[in-house]
Amino acid sequence: MLSVENVVKRFGDHVALDGVSMDVPKGKIFGLLGPNGAGKTTLIRIITRITGPDSGRVLLNGRPMTDADVAAMGYLPEERGLYKKMKVGEQALYLAQLKGMDKQEATKRLKEWFERWEMGNWWNKKVEELSKGMAQKVQFVTTVLHQPEFLILDEPFSGFDPINAELIRTEILRLAATGTTIMLSTHNMGSVEELCDHIALIDRNHVVLSGSVKQIRQQYSTNTYRVEFKGQAVAFANALAYHGELLDHQEEEGICTARVKLLHGATLNNVLAATLPVAQMIGLREEVPGMHEIFIRAVSEKNPDLVAAGTTE
Amino acid sequence: MGKIKLIIWREFITRARKPSFLIMTILGPLLLVGGMVLVTFLGMQEGGIQNIVVVDKAHLLTNKLQESNDIKFFYEPDELSDSAFKASPYSAMVEVNPLVLENNTIQIFYKDLPSMTVQNYISREIEKVLETEKLRVNNVDPATYRRIKTALKIQLFDIEKQGKQSYDQIKAFLGFGFGYLIFFFIFMYGAQVMRGVMEEKQNRVVEVLISSVKPFQLMMGKIVGVAMVGLTQFLLWVVLTLVLGTVGMGFAKSAISGAAMQQTTQMTTQLQAQMDDQGTVQSDAGEAAEMLGVAKAIWDDLPVTAILLLFVFYFLGGYLLYSSLFAATGAAVDSETDTQQFMLPITIPMIIAIVIAQTAVYNPDGPAVFWFSIIPFTSPVVMMVRIATGNAFAHPAELALSMALLIATFLFTTWLAGRIYRTGILMYGKKVTWKELGKWLFYKG
Repeated sequence: MLSVENVVKRFGDHVALDGVSMDVPKGKIFGLLGPNGAGKTTLIRIITRITGPDSGRVLLNGRPMTDADVAAMGYLPEERGLYKKMKVGEQALYLAQLKGMDKQEATKRLKEWFERWEMGNWWNKKVEELSKGMAQKVQFVTTVLHQPEFLILDEPFSGFDPINAELIRTEILRLAATGTTIMLSTHNMGSVEELCDHIALIDRNHVVLSGSVKQIRQQYSTNTYRVEFKGQAVAFANALAYHGELLDHQEEEGICTARVKLLHGATLNNVLAATLPVAQMIGLREEVPGMHEIFIRAVSEKNPDLVAAGTTE
Repeated sequence: MGKIKLIIWREFITRARKPSFLIMTILGPLLLVGGMVLVTFLGMQEGGIQNIVVVDKAHLLTNKLQESNDIKFFYEPDELSDSAFKASPYSAMVEVNPLVLENNTIQIFYKDLPSMTVQNYISREIEKVLETEKLRVNNVDPATYRRIKTALKIQLFDIEKQGKQSYDQIKAFLGFGFGYLIFFFIFMYGAQVMRGVMEEKQNRVVEVLISSVKPFQLMMGKIVGVAMVGLTQFLLWVVLTLVLGTVGMGFAKSAISGAAMQQTTQMTTQLQAQMDDQGTVQSDAGEAAEMLGVAKAIWDDLPVTAILLLFVFYFLGGYLLYSSLFAATGAAVDSETDTQQFMLPITIPMIIAIVIAQTAVYNPDGPAVFWFSIIPFTSPVVMMVRIATGNAFAHPAELALSMALLIATFLFTTWLAGRIYRTGILMYGKKVTWKELGKWLFYKG
């Protein structure tokens, strides 16, 4: 749906984005991940046409973005706020109308949202009377109220407590299920890995990795499994033979948990066939690398000298 | 276009609904009219009866000075010592030296400075007596003197306007008043634009808004919305002032006429006395009638419609020019304290304008006035003086140039401010320098 082609942006001597390209597929949740200062917000500002790229272009459905496209999309900026002295309802209406919504329609939909999220009595409150989390909820509602086809959420979970973060997470999934294309940007990679279908990892102005989460996981798979069984660990290790390597193991109340790394060319089936005679299997699970781990590996592969010195958290 | 209307409306209504707007709207004219009424009222009330002792060694004045309701004279042949005067019930001591007929000088010692009214009264009374005395000494017949005595009045006529007196000075003051209004409006509402921009930036609302509207729309919406608040307030002030003024003047008039009644009885006796020994008498009533006549003459003489239209033009032109600069300032800084370095270059031309406009009142043809009425940063204030005196209409080319330059400049400053605004509103935590601002102008949009 959205493709970014070779975008370069400089601020004076500082290069904010250096030849960044990525594709956001339609109807998917796309994660734009990277540490603070990697260039995520700059890229988003170029997509939303707040600033222009020095070179490169942004295409929406194959044609260059226009102001009308930007006005039609939903955008929740990282640095966000509301007029403190304005009433909640009035302000939400104002923002909806700026998005081109009709006043009656906006009122109707707002009431629905307020009811669904149990914010009914907030309508005539001033924003300054709300807590930060409450204001964030209002902000989220105003972002998606006009039912945009394309939604950009920059650090959507910042400012929410875990309960409301879960509310937002559910809402994002619901929107994706109705066909909305969503671009999520965050430095907190762990918080979104279950949400995203596709991701792009940005570090120091470059895309270091992009693609579907499934593919990337496969690509960065460690081929390591966690096997639970009843039996002798030593016998299990011997039975593995050349199919796998026992990384470590724990025994508790007669149950052994072993971490097994497949050796070159071996499959999980080989391992199971070899070990079944000596172990009574209880459970089996692949050890999936976390997005943060993948990021660090991807960065260090690209820049072996730096070894991800710039990652946060 | 629909979006900019929405922005204008929000800027307008959120301000117009504030209690402070209502309070200022009501208080403004109340303060204005109340102040005027108070001044007239206090001006009429003298602080009780003034007992004035006249030290008259030569016995020239003793018992010859006319007393009024509030001013009583007492006479002493010998000087009072300082301590004696301090202890006395007299509020002022007039010392008349024996040579007063030659040097025309008296000294007044006072406990509380006598008001101008009291001073004038004393001076007038003593003058009368001394004149009578001089006439007697010089053996001049008072009737002859009355014929000789000359009170010259100057009537000014502009050769371009045959048969009409010109009142350029008064008109110039009127023009200065208009200029001052423009000056006041620009500062008051320009600062509001600046604060509004800063508020949006500090709240980060602007981040949310600029995906819906262009920064330039946002800036113009704010500028126009605030201008509407200002115009509404002015309009309400004018209406309220007129209403209150009518009521207030009615009140003042009845108060004055009450006081005047007392004065007239006294004045008729005074008049008789004056008629005898003094040539010209000008009554207050005569003066008031003349003032009214002047006001009417000025009104008839002024091209009122043209002046009002030009006032609105310079008013809006000046406001647009400066408010865009204020908006840019608000966008460039993070907090009110950082505004100082950028405010100075905005403030200085305005101060210069008001100073030059003051000189223009006395000399609307001077070269400084000419140049500053052309330069767009000062022209809205300075040109108003030239317009009111009619000077600007006599030089239509200069007026046209000034207007054209003002339009061109506000288009330019708005463009310039738009560039700074666009970058500035999204820039946080950076101490902005002039060099930095320069760079922003050339960032690719």
